[in-house]
Amino acid sequence: MTVVQVATKINGDEVEFICDSSETMLDVLRDRLHLTGSKEGCSSGDCGACSITLDGRLVCSCLMLGVEAEGHEIGTIEGVADGAKLHIIQQKILDHAALQCGICTPGIIVAAKALLDKNPNPNESEIRFWLAGNLCRCTGYDKIIRAIMDAAREMRGD
Amino acid sequence: MQPVKCGVINNMASGADTKTVKEDINNRMTGKREFKVVGTRPLRPDGTDKVTGRARFGADANLPGQLVGKVLRSPHPHAIIKSIDITDALKLAGVKAVITSADFNKNAKDQNVLANIMARGKVLYEGHAVAAVAAINIKIAMAALKLIKIDYQILPHVTDVDKAMLEDAPILHDDMFTGGLDKIPNKPSNIAYRHEFGHGDIDAGFNAADIIIERNFKTAATHQGYIEPHSCLASSSEDGQAEIWVCTQGHFMVRNLCASLLDMDISKLRVIASEIGGGFGGKTTVFIEPVALALSRKCAKPVKITMTREEVFKASGPTSSMSAVVKIGATKDGRITAGFAKMNFQGGAFKGAPADFGAMSAFACYALENVKTIAFDVVTNRPKGAAYRAPGAPMATYGVESVVDELAIKLNIDPIEFRLKNAVCAGDQSSYGPKFSDIGLVETLNAAKAHDHYNAPLGKNQGRGIACGFWFNFGGATCTTLNVNADGTVTVAVGTPDIGGSRASICQMTAEEFGIPYENIRAIIADTSSLGYNDTTEGSRVTFSSGMAAIMAARKAINEMCKRAAKFWDIHVDAVKWEDGFAKPSGANAGDFTPLSMAEIAAKANYTGGPIAGHHEYNADGAGVSFGTHIVDTMVDQETGKVDILRYTVIQDAGKAIHPSYVEGQFQGGAAQGIGWALNEEYIYGEDGKLQNASFLDYRIPVASDLPMIDTVIVEVPNSGHPYGVRGVGETGIVPPLAEVANSVSAAAGVRLTKLPMSPPVILKAIDGLKND
Repeated sequence: MTVVQVATKINGDEVEFICDSSETMLDVLRDRLHLTGSKEGCSSGDCGACSITLDGRLVCSCLMLGVEAEGHEIGTIEGVADGAKLHIIQQKILDHAALQCGICTPGIIVAAKALLDKNPNPNESEIRFWLAGNLCRCTGYDKIIRAIMDAAREMRGD
Repeated sequence: MQPVKCGVINNMASGADTKTVKEDINNRMTGKREFKVVGTRPLRPDGTDKVTGRARFGADANLPGQLVGKVLRSPHPHAIIKSIDITDALKLAGVKAVITSADFNKNAKDQNVLANIMARGKVLYEGHAVAAVAAINIKIAMAALKLIKIDYQILPHVTDVDKAMLEDAPILHDDMFTGGLDKIPNKPSNIAYRHEFGHGDIDAGFNAADIIIERNFKTAATHQGYIEPHSCLASSSEDGQAEIWVCTQGHFMVRNLCASLLDMDISKLRVIASEIGGGFGGKTTVFIEPVALALSRKCAKPVKITMTREEVFKASGPTSSMSAVVKIGATKDGRITAGFAKMNFQGGAFKGAPADFGAMSAFACYALENVKTIAFDVVTNRPKGAAYRAPGAPMATYGVESVVDELAIKLNIDPIEFRLKNAVCAGDQSSYGPKFSDIGLVETLNAAKAHDHYNAPLGKNQGRGIACGFWFNFGGATCTTLNVNADGTVTVAVGTPDIGGSRASICQMTAEEFGIPYENIRAIIADTSSLGYNDTTEGSRVTFSSGMAAIMAARKAINEMCKRAAKFWDIHVDAVKWEDGFAKPSGANAGDFTPLSMAEIAAKANYTGGPIAGHHEYNADGAGVSFGTHIVDTMVDQETGKVDILRYTVIQDAGKAIHPSYVEGQFQGGAAQGIGWALNEEYIYGEDGKLQNASFLDYRIPVASDLPMIDTVIVEVPNSGHPYGVRGVGETGIVPPLAEVANSVSAAAGVRLTKLPMSPPVILKAIDGLKND
């Protein structure tokens, strides 16, 4: 077992951890750093429940090694709210009842934020294709899409 | 034209983006009641935790010193276990426990669950558990699995339902003799049971028909596809007491089954329901929970087991596949004279396929003089089936609603008019026996007919499909308690895990009953040691049963608060009434007292008799059945066979929508799962009896870009079995889509499709067949 020391930034804070060289970033987040907001639904990059950002880019943390975080900035669901104030996307997901069981919700929010950071005015089709890697089995996506469109509108200040 | 047999409806707009159609001819128990909280759309109490990542699901709990549990699974679909040698695995440093079937109570009450959680003598499907280890980390646990030596004697296998019913099929259980026959057979069979329902004389009915259509249908097995894999953390201590933290639809079920499987006193086992990341019926039984508990008991350390996605597909409950013949006869003017269906349900390695529900629900939408359904519950070398949203009904309805569609086309009658001519109404005898009381099928059909979706134009290669669906709904054992806190707020403890927002609806009903704001109520899911037994969250029962129990518990607390006010005012309790959250003197003779709020009464509780609580325990009866009608437009690409869902509308009777947003969510989610079942999803088996697509990449559930917005119409025909008129809404939504998408695609492709899923190759083949004809 090769244990590696890694220095990175998570949700704006300097973090150091040690991990096995074969350990996924998702396992590091959940098991070593106790950030269990990122979920494991498939461990093969198909469900998106483990979505995080790596230097602002959306990735599946189950497809990334913990050691790859060295020197980079990681964003997780735990860092989306601003202190005690929910992010607009989080609030809109609540307002639109855009969750049922809630297991996919952290991944959806991280993915939606990555989209709106890049494209503040996506159309419905762009949102649907961007979220095609985030499986939701409960909602049929309708309310999720509406919530994200509404969040985008509010973030743009329309 | 007089197609409407059962009443008139008024359309009323209500809610943000939903049209509510409200029956005004009979408000029954709900009277003209004006609701204050019920019917609004407040934020759910668990919502913030779920958008911040704080909510703790099955895999999110840890205990000091916990071990990792892993299960060794059979690579063979059917084999005798000649021997298991765990010696080397036990010797590996870091391994703390290894278990086999010998570690479970062989006299456990449910022998099928016992043999499914850990194979006994024989493995019956690829993925069947044979042993398990607990080790200090996952690497050691995986290495230990490889050190377990199993000597298998491979047996011939069968995974297809029709083949499993043949005389010379490999037999899974030597002690299984077909039930439900006039004579008990003398040879074992893979047919566990023959179910039959119906009434009248179908031969006479078919003789009276001007047109008869008979078709064969097949549907593939599908998985519930919850995004959260099964996960549990079991901790057993040296004195034999234990706790399990688990994502489940029924923690009381987990407790009772585990206690039986491990021969424990129920009182020594406490089960805590975590947040649950989807279930849809698939989390209504146990898989890894007794295994983790047995491992923990062996070494007195906490053991966590989390299934991989591959394990979820291979070893947790898919639903049945089905093979069927459906025959329906009708007169020229569109009256069905007879309906017949024979259906073979493949339910995996143990009996319990939802053949009975399939047979009961197949023709439930229609008032028929002559109807007969026969359904077989058949075992095969596949994982043991589990419930999946309206078990049995989607496939049975698929066959019937496809033939109904074809009849309407052949008779040149509008498909909604055809259904209205035959639809069940209050007072009609159902195809499965009982008479229907207050039901809303006709209301959903009329709402569909009036919807602009139904009247919108279609383009080239596009087709429109409709179908109706039915589900029984369930009540069941329920026990709820609530406490009035010192400040007059209320905590409600229910024993039914919340899989779709039920805590919000239970808070709403409690607030309504007390006459206080929604924000003053908090609902929690109490553990198994804190409440009496509750049936599992299933059968669309929670908002109905736990909600009604909360209403009854609130009424008891209100009675108590009226007594306290009477005591305080020194008047008789009959002179106190409860109104809008206040105890008030009732009538002029009661005396002139300032009304007491809940907060004031609660603050004085310790001086007037102690804590104020209410509880209610019962077997909930009166769960009203539910009907729905769906409309879909599809477009078929003639070159690739790909289907696009262009527009979708769900219309369903909710009785009374407590939280309309979550009712809509159930409608939309059911429709999406049904679309996946119709178009993509399927368990694919090779000749080797092994599952070929045990991943979300190869078992493709609908993604956001596969679907359009899903429009919803909530019909409200109150259920007289509930004080507010509620009927369950969770399951009916998955019943129509299989047939309705097939009807739409058949119209778009110009050829009748009778096999699911309608994947591009299947559609292309059908289109090519048409060209070659």
